Amino acid sequence: MSEVTMDAKITLEQLNVHFGTNHAVKDVTMTMATNSVSAIIGPSGCGKSTVLRSINRMHDLTPSARVSGAILLDGENIYCKECDPVTMRRRVGMVFQKPNPFPAMSIYDNVVAGYKLNGRARRSEMDGIVEQSLQRVSLWDEVKDRLHVNAMQLSGGQQQRLCIARTIAVCPEVILMDEPCSALDPISTLKVEELIDELKEKYTIVIVTHNMQQAARVSDTTAFFYLGELIEMGDTKKIFTNPEKKQTEDYITGRFG
Amino acid sequence: MMTAILRRKMTNGLMMLAMLAATVTVLVPLGLIFFYILKMGFSSINLDLFTQIPKPPGEVGGGMANGIIGSGLLIGVASLIGLPLGIFGAVYLSEYGTSRISTMIRFSADVLSGVPSIITGMVVYGLVVVPMKGFSALAGSLALALIMIPIVLRTTEEQLKMVPMTLREASLALGVPLWRTTLKVTLKSALKGIVTGVLLAVARVAGETAPLLFTALGNMFWSHKLNEPIAALPLQIFNFAISPYDDWHRLAWGGALVLVTLMFSLSLLARWFGRAR
Ligand SMILES: Nc1ncnc2c1ncn2[C@@H]1O[C@H](COP(=O)(O)OP(=O)(O)OP(=O)(O)O)[C@@H](O)[C@H]1O
Ligand SMILES: [Mg+2]
Repeated sequence: MSEVTMDAKITLEQLNVHFGTNHAVKDVTMTMATNSVSAIIGPSGCGKSTVLRSINRMHDLTPSARVSGAILLDGENIYCKECDPVTMRRRVGMVFQKPNPFPAMSIYDNVVAGYKLNGRARRSEMDGIVEQSLQRVSLWDEVKDRLHVNAMQLSGGQQQRLCIARTIAVCPEVILMDEPCSALDPISTLKVEELIDELKEKYTIVIVTHNMQQAARVSDTTAFFYLGELIEMGDTKKIFTNPEKKQTEDYITGRFG
Repeated sequence: MMTAILRRKMTNGLMMLAMLAATVTVLVPLGLIFFYILKMGFSSINLDLFTQIPKPPGEVGGGMANGIIGSGLLIGVASLIGLPLGIFGAVYLSEYGTSRISTMIRFSADVLSGVPSIITGMVVYGLVVVPMKGFSALAGSLALALIMIPIVLRTTEEQLKMVPMTLREASLALGVPLWRTTLKVTLKSALKGIVTGVLLAVARVAGETAPLLFTALGNMFWSHKLNEPIAALPLQIFNFAISPYDDWHRLAWGGALVLVTLMFSLSLLARWFGRAR
């Protein structure tokens, strides 16, 4: 058990995830501090997405998935029997690896989808939320003249920024990002990174990335995973300059199988 | 070199011919059915067909209005019962079902859709007509609904399965409950495909005769009561066609043309719906 520090927003305690007989995440214990950016790195298939998706109970939809252990959000276990995943997910938003705007909706409707789908869209408030959210992901200038065209007409990078806008529009406390920039060009990537930097004033961010430089640039702490295990977690500077474990060093210096 | 190309071209030509022959073999019977019915039935199409009930044998004139209305009522009630059950069942299977129960439901639906429709009619006779002590429109509708349910269930499930998981996840991650996600994202995305499936199921039961023989029975007069025997277009066609009276034969051809046109339009509508994506 790790000791829960004062400002721990999210704490994983001996988290295990199985898919059928595949033990994908093994006994992971880690803490993410309030208003910090935590990066999760590691080779493909090591369980990064699986860990991230446990934090807002996305595995509930996968019949073969079995999650055990605890994840504390502000000290409360989101996996307890009485816990309502819906209320929790309103506090923990997620941006997916592949942009997934709602294909039947306009750009405008996509941004406020969290309100519309929940049947609590107040017309007078929506315009402001749309403009503000799109401004924050620097998409406003690109789309302000065609807010009501179908969202699928946007490029992949624009769609991803739209998905980020949709997530921040509902004001969560935590934002989980699963390789949010893998479909973006370097300029959009930079914009998203700037956004992350800005967002951390108010939000707690957990980001999965394959891009070492990105992890080094945006995160405060970095966790390195290998084969479902948390090998090392610590201050990003320290992980990238002076890691404790040999495996971590091999991975970040690119000396990995 | 030249011969190789020549041989390839000839093989190609032969295969094209074979496929053309296959296409024609499929199209010709369809064309024959349609044109023959058109030829025989066209002269019987008049206002009376749609407004009058049949005249007693020997008398000239009359129509099949009660059969047309009866069919509409039977199909309407069958849809009211069958569509919600089929669609809700499909939602359960694709969105909520645990694997064991789902497999059982899916298997039952497949078996049910393979049951000959006359057997469905006999079962409804035993379970509804006998206890209610009489043939009835309700029994007919139930028989039709039993035929609709597995078709609607499986086509709807297929359509729901085609909605990408990432859309459901996008909605859930915004804090939208599963039931709202199902209603507003999943079902909405699959709507066109579902409507197509529903139209095809309606077209399928619109022409069913056998399951109505022991249930709705048929009726020479107007009826709109659910607890009494009711006329239906396919039944009337059947009864008039095997009768010895020329005027009734004429009516049967007219009715057949109406029925075929109705089913043709439903199929076209279904196609149009399925395409307009
Ligand atoms: N829905 C699922 N069903 C079955 N197994 C799964 C599922 N999702 C993930 N897994 C398994 O869990 C393990 C970890 O996968 P995960 O997607 O978390 O890797 P990752 O670190 O995110 O990889 P990548 O960098 O390629 O995205 C893999 O062995 C994978 O096969
Ligand atoms: Mg991943």
